[in-house]
Amino acid sequence: MDLKASDRFNINSQLEHLQAKYVGTGHADLSRFEWAVNIQRDSYASYIGHYPVLAYFAISENESIGRERYNFMQKMLLPCGLPPEREED
Amino acid sequence: MYLYSLTLQRAGGVVCATNGNFVGGKTQEIVVARGKTLDLLRPDDAGKLQTLLSVEVFGAIRSLSQFRLTGSQKDYVVVGSDSGRLVILEYSRERNLFHKVHQETFGKSGCRRIVPGQFLAVDPKGRAVMVTACEKQKLVYVLNRDAAARLTISSPLEAHKSHTITYSVVGVDCGFDNPVFAAIELDYSEADLDPTGQAAAEAQKHLTFYELDLGLNHVSRKWSEPVDNGANLLVIVPGGGDGPSGVLVCAENFVIYKNQGHPDVRAVIPRRADLPAERGVLVVSAATHRQKSMFFFLLQTEYGDIFKVTLEHEGDRVAELKIKYFDTIPVTCSMCVLKTGFLFAASEFGNHALYQFQAIGEAEDVEASSATLMETEEGFQPVFFQPRGLKNLVRIDQIESLMPIMDMRVMNLFEEETPQVFTLCGRGPRSSLRILRPGLAINEMAVSQLPGTPSAVWTVKKNVNDEFDAYIVVSFVNATLVLSIGETIEEVSDSGFLDTTPSLSVSLLGDDSLMQVHPNGIRHIREDGRINEWKTPGKKTIVKVGSNRLQVVIALSGGELIYFEMDMTGQLMEVEKHEMPGDVACLDIAPVPEGRQRSRFLAVGSYDNTIRILSLDPDDCMQILSVQSVSSPPESLLLLEVQASTGGEDGADHPASVFLNAGLQNGVLFRTVVDMVTGQLSDTRSRFLGLRAPKLFSATVRGRQAMLCLSSRPWLGYIHQGHFLLTPLSYETLEYAASFSSDQCAEGVVAVAGEALRIFTIERLGETFNETVVPLRYTPRKFVLQPKRKHLVIIESDQGAFTAEEREAARKECLEAAGMGENGNAMENGGGDEEEKEDALSDEQYGYPKAESDKWVSCIRILDPRTGNTTCLLELQENEAAFSLCTVNFHDKEYGTLLAVGTAKGLQFWPKRSLAAGFIHIYRFVEEGKSLELLHKTQVEGVPLALCQFQGRLLAGIGSVLRLYDLGKRRLLRKCENKLFPNSIVSIHTYRDRIYVGDIQESFHYCKYRRDENQLYIFADDSVPRWLTASHHIDFDTMAGADKFGNVYFVRLSQDVSDEIEEDPTGGKIKWEQGKLNGAPNKVEEIVQFHVGDVVTCLQKASLIPGGGECVIYGTVMGSLGALLPFASREDVDFFSHLEMHMRQEHPPLCGRDHMAFRSAYFPVKVTFQDSYSLLVHF
Repeated sequence: MDLKASDRFNINSQLEHLQAKYVGTGHADLSRFEWAVNIQRDSYASYIGHYPVLAYFAISENESIGRERYNFMQKMLLPCGLPPEREED
Repeated sequence: MYLYSLTLQRAGGVVCATNGNFVGGKTQEIVVARGKTLDLLRPDDAGKLQTLLSVEVFGAIRSLSQFRLTGSQKDYVVVGSDSGRLVILEYSRERNLFHKVHQETFGKSGCRRIVPGQFLAVDPKGRAVMVTACEKQKLVYVLNRDAAARLTISSPLEAHKSHTITYSVVGVDCGFDNPVFAAIELDYSEADLDPTGQAAAEAQKHLTFYELDLGLNHVSRKWSEPVDNGANLLVIVPGGGDGPSGVLVCAENFVIYKNQGHPDVRAVIPRRADLPAERGVLVVSAATHRQKSMFFFLLQTEYGDIFKVTLEHEGDRVAELKIKYFDTIPVTCSMCVLKTGFLFAASEFGNHALYQFQAIGEAEDVEASSATLMETEEGFQPVFFQPRGLKNLVRIDQIESLMPIMDMRVMNLFEEETPQVFTLCGRGPRSSLRILRPGLAINEMAVSQLPGTPSAVWTVKKNVNDEFDAYIVVSFVNATLVLSIGETIEEVSDSGFLDTTPSLSVSLLGDDSLMQVHPNGIRHIREDGRINEWKTPGKKTIVKVGSNRLQVVIALSGGELIYFEMDMTGQLMEVEKHEMPGDVACLDIAPVPEGRQRSRFLAVGSYDNTIRILSLDPDDCMQILSVQSVSSPPESLLLLEVQASTGGEDGADHPASVFLNAGLQNGVLFRTVVDMVTGQLSDTRSRFLGLRAPKLFSATVRGRQAMLCLSSRPWLGYIHQGHFLLTPLSYETLEYAASFSSDQCAEGVVAVAGEALRIFTIERLGETFNETVVPLRYTPRKFVLQPKRKHLVIIESDQGAFTAEEREAARKECLEAAGMGENGNAMENGGGDEEEKEDALSDEQYGYPKAESDKWVSCIRILDPRTGNTTCLLELQENEAAFSLCTVNFHDKEYGTLLAVGTAKGLQFWPKRSLAAGFIHIYRFVEEGKSLELLHKTQVEGVPLALCQFQGRLLAGIGSVLRLYDLGKRRLLRKCENKLFPNSIVSIHTYRDRIYVGDIQESFHYCKYRRDENQLYIFADDSVPRWLTASHHIDFDTMAGADKFGNVYFVRLSQDVSDEIEEDPTGGKIKWEQGKLNGAPNKVEEIVQFHVGDVVTCLQKASLIPGGGECVIYGTVMGSLGALLPFASREDVDFFSHLEMHMRQEHPPLCGRDHMAFRSAYFPVKVTFQDSYSLLVHF
């Protein structure tokens, strides 16, 4: 992302840039829902990445590891259910 | 406390595997990632999988791929791991290791959401590689070669798309056009913002093609089209003249052929007839077979069924897609079709297998096709099939895997020299109890009784060029027996050996003559039958002999040594005499080095606790070169030439070094290096082998010199993957042994013990444990030892399965339908405990039929570990499943030892954890502990996940409640409880009046029971949230635990707090003391922290060697066993911390993960040193 000269020292724009780059980074105005969604997605990604953890879940749910991985990926779509109604401000 | 971490058994489970031609040449190899280790396997000519190399990488390997530059003869391995780096490896045959060709850093380390490494896709022509994260990030590296034909890699090109989840990535085969990568993607940005849920419902997965423009050096999204929302896996379809190109999209229930500018071709995946309607069919692994003229795909579903997928195509137009049932094998995480006609199936749990193709599914079978696809109002019409026996594949080898270890205990139940490790392994119908004994497995080929008690045995060839041995010579107290080896082994008398005297040594001399040394002389039998006898002077007798093919040294009683050499004419000539100060205890000469006249060194052991090295050179014959004093008189000596690794840094061969091994009378094996030039001894090591003085014998293992040491049990010293290993054999005590080679057995051992002659071979070299397997019925959860009768009580339970009766009924029905029910060939469906049955539908191969997810099956089993017989098997009824058990002796000793089992009825995890009821069953042991009788069951409000005996009562952890029960007539009686635990209690340990409670999320809580007040107090807890998976009580103040993320840690209550608690007579302080933030008033301190990198499921304090120090043994989900040994001295701590520090600098881990960062993945590593890391170096 190219920053204009005037924006370069604008801390907000830098933060925004970082937010966009590092998905899941929090910010001051983060809602409870967004925070939870990020945590959940990070967790699912971690489960998928750590094979022994995936196997551990697979044993407890008596599913195949492939199915378990697929389920976790599917859950990344709406990990915390539907988002709350946006309050008009 | 300082600990040394050591891997006892490497992980058996496989994360991913890829096949290719990594060594170069015509052979096919398989690279297998086992979590933290990378293995290179190759099927040998006999169809056995051999491990060529196994490297610990100190990181989590997540994906593997193989590629080849065009025109090259050799494949490279690309590794995606948690290191935030892309690593390309090349196998170096000369040095037998993986060489890191490139290591490209692209992001943070760890398995994160947006850090690539989860998926790898390689262009089939080896021009580019794409590495992808779960979300957003995709990086493409261009691969090329430079002028010197070395592999080059470009800087990464980005193909990111934010708010997008990636399911699978492959490189599309499009010949030599620009490389294209295909990905299944799902955009969630809309769904995150839409509170009505409409966007989420409409979220659509897309198949996206990314094109790498090699000219512009730029990646663009070329094409994107909606795809079935159940899509989870992509498979490349051959292209560029060999096929239509494009991809197969595997989705739930469907396989779809897709390509740019081509209509979808869709076919349903056939379903098992007994599958519940709620369940889909998902493809979990895929393999492609390609030949010049044809190709097909093998897709395996989550139930284990393999389907063969073929495409009818003309040019690049696909007319029809056919899915035909192929065979059923245990569910795999990865399949590799080798060009040599093998299928390597890496099972997700349990043993892996190598299959050979017998057919390629040309025969008639259930088939679904895109042409016959029927769409009705309820969706596409399914096709049903019934699994059957293997038709196209035949299993030829299997690799053992303990994955997953569910519970483990180290006990010496069989009263052997070393304790056995009892592990509960596997899942569902493939579960088993495996009894591991340290040592190599042996295969006994023959045992024959001899007339009398033999004292020694030798094997001898008739000619140096013979491949096999000609005679076995057995010596008794007053006679010698000669057996000739042929089709059978029989006694002969025409061998020329003197049979009226005992023998001291029998060997081949020169090229083709034999020598027998007996107490009164040397008998030299020439090839033409002439016999030369050398008699001892006077009344002296020969006591010890050392010889090789050209040199003989004898020791006479009194200490005189006489040295003979063979001259040019084949005569044995006396060369030199030497008077030793006292009697000779043992002596040995090394074999004649290749191209030399003689071996230079003679080793002589004396009863004055010394070993001397004497020269045999003509210049300084019988001069003493060096002296080594030892702790006890030597019993046996062996000079062993060891050529450990095949090549050095520069690829040149390492010179072999000569080791002097001595078995001392106190049972110690003493090993020291002999300088090849001066004969000086240096670098001595000693090891206690057993209660008897070790006798050493030379043997051959894989064509290399090895050493057999016979102490109170036999040991084998041999070279494995460049390391010299000394491993016990799992066999009885042997007296004397010799290597044995015949037509039937190339590398065997013949040994005498008692009155028998035994011939055996040594199997599965390189393994630490050999295992005895007892099959079980369902996934084992826990087990306890019935203390009196030494029986094991095992609880097993499975979710979503039918009970034994239901399964049997279903099976009968299905067999009757198939018209083979009348055969009556013992089709009982008793699970694994019946004898090995080879019927057409063994559960082990096909898995249990799936039931609805709220159904549970479970059983309690009593097993006699000595025989492996199940003496009692109680199947729980009505959806009850057992989760915990313990033996308990209640106050009133009416019943003696009882068994408490915690069960849950109708447990469901999804959508919310719920259950109908929990119970604690109390059983009584009847029939001498062989059987169980239910006394009563008590309903409780949650799942009792932990039970423990405490002061003649029963402690139960039921959800967040810790409760103390006493035994009543009809039920258990509540005595006392504490409800202040945070989540759910998963473990309880007790010691005196302290109770150590482990919570599922919140680590340990230390409690105290005050009998006078009848109250339970929590007086200390941990400050770190730990998701406990295993725990073990170490001492009064210390607990060891392991969490779900793969950490092992020890916590300790500080001494002053502990004293304070114990000295508080009224208990008022504990009672009224308030903790902060709802915690306990005191906190335990973490004293050890170590990231294992694998979920540890069981921990135990044990000593594996008799008399050895205690260590903590752990078992993991991936099937590895490890030990944490406390250091005894500060010096060792210093040494190992420095060694580790230097290793980190000089030898960074292979996959680019920083060693320290890996061991500190979740918490900073604390006072634990690594391990096999130091073993990595070729010393």
